[in-house]
Amino acid sequence: MSRYRGNAKAIEGLVKGHAVHRDVYVDKEVFDLEMEQLFANTWIYVGHGSQLKNPGDFITAKIGNQPILASRHKDGTIHVLHNRCPHKGTKIASEPCGNTGKFFRCPYHAWSFKTDGSPLAVPLKKGYEGTGFAQNQASQGLARVGNVKIYRDFIFARLSSEGPSFEDFFGESLSTLDNMIDRSPVGQLEVIAQPIRYMHTCNWKMLVENQTDTCHPMVAHESSAGTAVNVWERVKQEGEHPPMAVQVYAPFMSPYEFFEDSGIRVWPNGHGHTGVSQSIHQDYDDVADYLASMIEAYGEERAHEILGEVRHNTVYFPNIMVKGAVQIIRNFIPVAVDKTLVESWVFKLVGAPDKLYERALNYNRYINAPTSIVGHDDLEMYERAQEGLTSNGTEWVNLQRLYDADEVMDTTEVVNGTSERQMRNQFHAWSKYMTMNMDHAMEAAE
Amino acid sequence: MTPQDIVDFIYDEAFALDTMQWDDWLAMFHKDGRYWMPLEWQQTDPILQPSLMYEDWLLLTIRVERLNGDRTFSQKPKSRCHHLLQQPRIVSMGEGGVYKTRTSFIYTETRGDHLDRYSGWVNHELVEYEGALKIMLKRVDLINFDAPFGNIQLFI
Repeated sequence: MSRYRGNAKAIEGLVKGHAVHRDVYVDKEVFDLEMEQLFANTWIYVGHGSQLKNPGDFITAKIGNQPILASRHKDGTIHVLHNRCPHKGTKIASEPCGNTGKFFRCPYHAWSFKTDGSPLAVPLKKGYEGTGFAQNQASQGLARVGNVKIYRDFIFARLSSEGPSFEDFFGESLSTLDNMIDRSPVGQLEVIAQPIRYMHTCNWKMLVENQTDTCHPMVAHESSAGTAVNVWERVKQEGEHPPMAVQVYAPFMSPYEFFEDSGIRVWPNGHGHTGVSQSIHQDYDDVADYLASMIEAYGEERAHEILGEVRHNTVYFPNIMVKGAVQIIRNFIPVAVDKTLVESWVFKLVGAPDKLYERALNYNRYINAPTSIVGHDDLEMYERAQEGLTSNGTEWVNLQRLYDADEVMDTTEVVNGTSERQMRNQFHAWSKYMTMNMDHAMEAAE
Repeated sequence: MTPQDIVDFIYDEAFALDTMQWDDWLAMFHKDGRYWMPLEWQQTDPILQPSLMYEDWLLLTIRVERLNGDRTFSQKPKSRCHHLLQQPRIVSMGEGGVYKTRTSFIYTETRGDHLDRYSGWVNHELVEYEGALKIMLKRVDLINFDAPFGNIQLFI
């Protein structure tokens, strides 16, 4: 029996401000509704324009559970299409990326499509004459994802025909993407390698929440970051400068006060970030010639402004995290209610020294890889939570740290950096976009 | 140094890992040695191409010490591993002071009720240091290097 389908009230009842019901993490019907509602009504990250340099270039991706592809057409435009032949459903593109030439050709019956998705040819066309084929959707080419926004090369799409505009949805949160892009002296980023992929046997939202959970690093990562600090203190030579790895690991052991003072900024629609006034990324070595090239490009004041913004993790609701200061995007791709594929992408700052790209690659494998000791710490916690949530000890997950019953949602505000406010912000948005058009849909069915 | 000495060293290394003698294993590395797990097919550059691991003595020491930490919760229960090696093929018998081998493997890592299996090739570059062989580079190429793995906590 459906408990949540078509029942906006039941879904809203899962979020109580200071707590959420476990069903948001463990209930399969809730997960299915996330795919149908949440991932359709919100703007989802697809990829980056630099992955589609030439006409015919394509990438494959998923929006929720929907297989899609993005392609570069001969006129330079980017198109986001459902990755499914309109004939029998065969996936048109099966690789993560590639070049299809002048057109896509289905490998099953050779139906072909231009790189903007429009129909090109069907073999033995005579056989469709007088069948009404021309009026059928099958003749119309690859189905398009209706709402696509390319923001400074970042490709986002919204499946639902109705919903907030890209600008209204992300609002001021775009400042983190801006900062990441502005860190290139020529204002351009580039993806030149595949991501690190890491399978998590937990619900996707646990990963998203962890991005602004500042009370876990010094606890869960004591084993990795704490050991890194201890080993380094023991083996370093007198006055020896800490290597890049130690610079990356050590700040995870910062005390609670550091994270409290760093602040969290929340934005409407579930977006928010840690590290407002300071962050774990602020004390990395300067890279030779980089500041000079930034000053040359932007002027002294603006260059310092860009590089002085050292935000820690920015959550772009629902499912990506952007780390502007290190040029990484983590994409939390839901696979099942208890299974999440994490793809961690590194962006190269065009025109900046290679050392910055090296640091971003290092950070990615130190922290985000299936071979990462920090990753091991985190996944262990998620897996234990996914199993622990089946306990009937209580059905609720507590999000009450620095909770105020009067706190306003869908607003911009900077709060204490150990608050669970951003998690509450996400769940407020979750409830909103899960139930959007739901009553509407019921009326239509009646 | 005979070819058998080289082959024995490769087997001894796997033995140290399979019996969880981490300190003995670490001592088989040269202080400037590296453990490398590429993330690309026939990868040439560990610095400006992404890798799963590219670790020096300091990072390997941190890993080994972490495995026995009181608060290393991802090792409660502990993982165990098994290396099934094909006989190492000697690629270079000391030209330029480096002994090179290539070994095909099946690696199994288990923890609790869970078991994962990986296949690939490991390339060793060994040098003689103070009368003993030491690992200058251990390169592990998985056949499915770009697949989304769960935790790999021990050493292939």
